[in-house]
Amino acid sequence: MLRNVAGIVCVAARPLRPLRSSRPLRFSRRFLSRALAPGAAVVCALLLGACRQDMQVQPKILPLAESQFFEDGRSARPVVAGTVARGQLRTDELLFTGKSNGADAVQFPFAITRQDLERGRERYNIYCSLCHGASGDGQGMIVQRGFPPPPSYHIDRLRQAPAGHFFDVITNGYGTMFSYASRVNPQDRWRIVAYIRALQLSQNGALADVPVAERQTLAGGAQ
Amino acid sequence: MTQVFKRSANTLSRFSIYGFAFFVIAMGAVIYAVNKSPYLTDVNVIRDQPVPFSHKHHAGELGIDCRYCHTSVEESSFAGLPPTATCMTCHSRIWTNAQMLEPVRASYRSGKSIEWTRVNAVPDFVYFNHSIHLKKGVGCPTCHGPVAEMPLTWRANTMQMQWCIDCHREPERYVRPRDQVFRSDYHPPADQLALGRRLVKEYKIQKLTNCSTCHR
Repeated sequence: MLRNVAGIVCVAARPLRPLRSSRPLRFSRRFLSRALAPGAAVVCALLLGACRQDMQVQPKILPLAESQFFEDGRSARPVVAGTVARGQLRTDELLFTGKSNGADAVQFPFAITRQDLERGRERYNIYCSLCHGASGDGQGMIVQRGFPPPPSYHIDRLRQAPAGHFFDVITNGYGTMFSYASRVNPQDRWRIVAYIRALQLSQNGALADVPVAERQTLAGGAQ
Repeated sequence: MTQVFKRSANTLSRFSIYGFAFFVIAMGAVIYAVNKSPYLTDVNVIRDQPVPFSHKHHAGELGIDCRYCHTSVEESSFAGLPPTATCMTCHSRIWTNAQMLEPVRASYRSGKSIEWTRVNAVPDFVYFNHSIHLKKGVGCPTCHGPVAEMPLTWRANTMQMQWCIDCHREPERYVRPRDQVFRSDYHPPADQLALGRRLVKEYKIQKLTNCSTCHR
């Protein structure tokens, strides 16, 4: 932009012709049309100039940008096999695979707090509820649009399933369900599992499970 | 001695003096208008994409959360564009014969990325971080406009410095509660200023207008 403005000033300041003649100047039509020419040139320059500053596009790699250097055209490079990033040595079998001695674990790798459950609910609603439904009945929006319905969480098989089974399904996918490993980190996967457990409880709870102080609000909500 | 200038020179001199002033002002106006025009800012301009993806359908009608696809928006400077696998999570089973989706399937088969055309961007000399804006209560639609109502995606704001600064000077006019930042159906309350002032205090929002905040 600034460069263009400078150009305008230069064009406008350039004398049209030397004014040294002693005879009266005759301002012909030709002169006037010439006087207007720089103006027209300036307008053209403005419209043609893309008005890009030089630093607008820098020779640096931005996320997901195209690269001419690598054969596959990607600037982001896959990690070389066997590489372990700092702080990502995944030796904790339970936390990262959901297994304990090779079998689906029944226990959680960390104590679940209320914050964990709330985080689990949030993640569940983002990534899972589309198919599994907000209550876990397997009738989410995408299923209503034709995706094969997943089983309800409230069937006996899944109520009996160990926590590690759900973790494994989120991590590796199951049937028509894709892996969510790249979308949900391991800690959040466990929080989602905890929330699925809460959903299972909620669908099979008795009034006696609800604290006395909360029963009034529940009755109001049910209507 | 003959006169150097003819009478008509009077008119011409006035014309050139006032004309020059007019010219400068007019040029200023033209520069301003060009700078704000969609020709330069791309505001409201629909960009051609390899697949005519509809945010209106996916985010609006189906209610898919922004973060389902833009997974890194809360933790990173970059919101992230979904890999083809994310599309195929549903489209391996839905609309599997749609011709429109062939580039997606081809990408999934070949492992070659879909080359989307970027809609929202700031120049390379601007440092911008999505995650901090979300944590301070700036909602997605505040910058990106009503994306959940866009059948094809366009840029809703100029992303020019003046526009950034408007909010950096008076964040209380724009911020919303943190639990509402991803909602496309959020409407600011009538007393936005009161709410905004409270949130600015609560979230410790600084009015960062130092050059090096963004140009570092």
